[in-house]
Amino acid sequence: MADTFELRDIEVWDGNMAASHALRQAQVDVVAAYPITPSTPIVENYANFKANGYIDGEFVMTESEHGAMSCCIGAAAAGGRVATATSSQGFALMVETLYSASGMRIPIVLNVVNRAIGAPLNVNGDHSDMYMGRDSGWIQIDCYNPQNVYDMNLIAFRVSEDHDVRLPAMVHQDGFMTSHTAQGVKTLSDEVAYNFVGEYKPMNDMLDLDHPVTHGVQTEEDWHFEHKARQQHALMTAVIPKIQAAFDDFEKLTGRKYNIVETYNMDDAEVAVVCMGTSVETAEEVSNELRAQGIKAGVVGIRVFRPFPLEQIAAALKDVKAIAALDRSSPHGTVGALFNELSGALFNTDTKAVMTNYIYGLGGRDLTKAHLVEIYNDLKANADAGKPTTPLQQYIGLRGPKLSFF
Amino acid sequence: MEKKGWDGFEIGAMLRSFEGAVSGIATILPEDRPYSASSSFTASVADWRIQKPLFNKDYCIDCQFCWVYCPDLSIISRDKKMVGIDFDHCKGCGICVQVCPTNPKSLLMFPEQIEEEVALAEWPTKNTSKATTEAKEE
Repeated sequence: MADTFELRDIEVWDGNMAASHALRQAQVDVVAAYPITPSTPIVENYANFKANGYIDGEFVMTESEHGAMSCCIGAAAAGGRVATATSSQGFALMVETLYSASGMRIPIVLNVVNRAIGAPLNVNGDHSDMYMGRDSGWIQIDCYNPQNVYDMNLIAFRVSEDHDVRLPAMVHQDGFMTSHTAQGVKTLSDEVAYNFVGEYKPMNDMLDLDHPVTHGVQTEEDWHFEHKARQQHALMTAVIPKIQAAFDDFEKLTGRKYNIVETYNMDDAEVAVVCMGTSVETAEEVSNELRAQGIKAGVVGIRVFRPFPLEQIAAALKDVKAIAALDRSSPHGTVGALFNELSGALFNTDTKAVMTNYIYGLGGRDLTKAHLVEIYNDLKANADAGKPTTPLQQYIGLRGPKLSFF
Repeated sequence: MEKKGWDGFEIGAMLRSFEGAVSGIATILPEDRPYSASSSFTASVADWRIQKPLFNKDYCIDCQFCWVYCPDLSIISRDKKMVGIDFDHCKGCGICVQVCPTNPKSLLMFPEQIEEEVALAEWPTKNTSKATTEAKEE
């Protein structure tokens, strides 16, 4: 039996350590992992806990991220609570198996420490890997700081393993900005955290020898469509209510309130920035400063990226006059994904809001408060004019001549 | 097998081998097991075959070579006695015929359409040619 880890009420943890402790407290049966910056410390810390007697589960070192996720899929299909972590190129190598995990409807928690994807090779944070996963059928929950990472990991197990859901979940944090920045993190005792996550309840597990099953079967044109439709139905209808229920229970337990869509200064906002990750907190600070100058600035943070909360987003943005969608991933040939999602959410509503797109922060480039002031000023001009006063897609924080499209 | 709508089957890329719970399945003969409709035991793939092996028990010595070598578990053997061939799953690969050591062979390949009685009537007799025997020993 694993030893209890005595935690202080507030620990100074970076996002990686917060994830490691959450995995430990969830009493994961199998972690299969391959290291990659900046997610390596998650599994490194975890292996340390295991070596020091704090973990009963198995820790498997694999030959690649493809192997790591494949091992996780096997362990989860067998009937274990399973988790791992990765970033960037490793995430890219996992992609094939990510689709297997979601299609097989087995719960796994994957910590993705967001990092740019080469070339050029880059170890710093942007959202390219997160965006690459957005059609993979996984639940994608986004964190803005180490506290979020701890909390969302515990929540992710509960949602992913729910028998009405049975879909794998990613918990995203920004590489280095969250993963390696230590902050005060309010903790739960091992017992309280485990009780929140709950005991793993197997379903269709291969180790149930009285009910033999074959996992990972082949279907062709006669069955594949129905299987994918069933998967989409669960992702679209079951997940958001289950996340909301987990958020509600978590608030009762800890007092920390999370929302499917996070809003800040939005009650009377005229202009809004919509973004993810560490940018949300920076934008919040800037919105306060601009309000002192008379600009009714608000912030919408995406907490659940998949399934994308179309209705909640539309409700959050229904009264604003200008919106900026901030995408931290090169869209390579179109507008940013967030711009597209927001457009889809708002298109058939009564909104007349002007919407523009900003590409920022690629490869770990800082998004400064000055950049956000610039964006909000653009939005104010758009709101006053009632139409775009700038090109639809602009690059922000980029050296050289101003780059924009459309 | 009934083609159900998207909400009419169990979730996941998963199929059950049996209808309901089973126990001690290894001690139950295949024909007595409650295989599910989605089990490959239930499905016939006989139309994959263009030639079929036929069995002549007059020459069989129950050595079980065919049972051991069949890649599709399609040789039916009970109490170490050759019983016959599972024509729902045999693909007609001919390995059983290749490994059959009797003279003449107790298993031979025939066109799919031939009647068993006709095939048995055409069965070759013992080959006494020395050359053939020697070649076999090499």
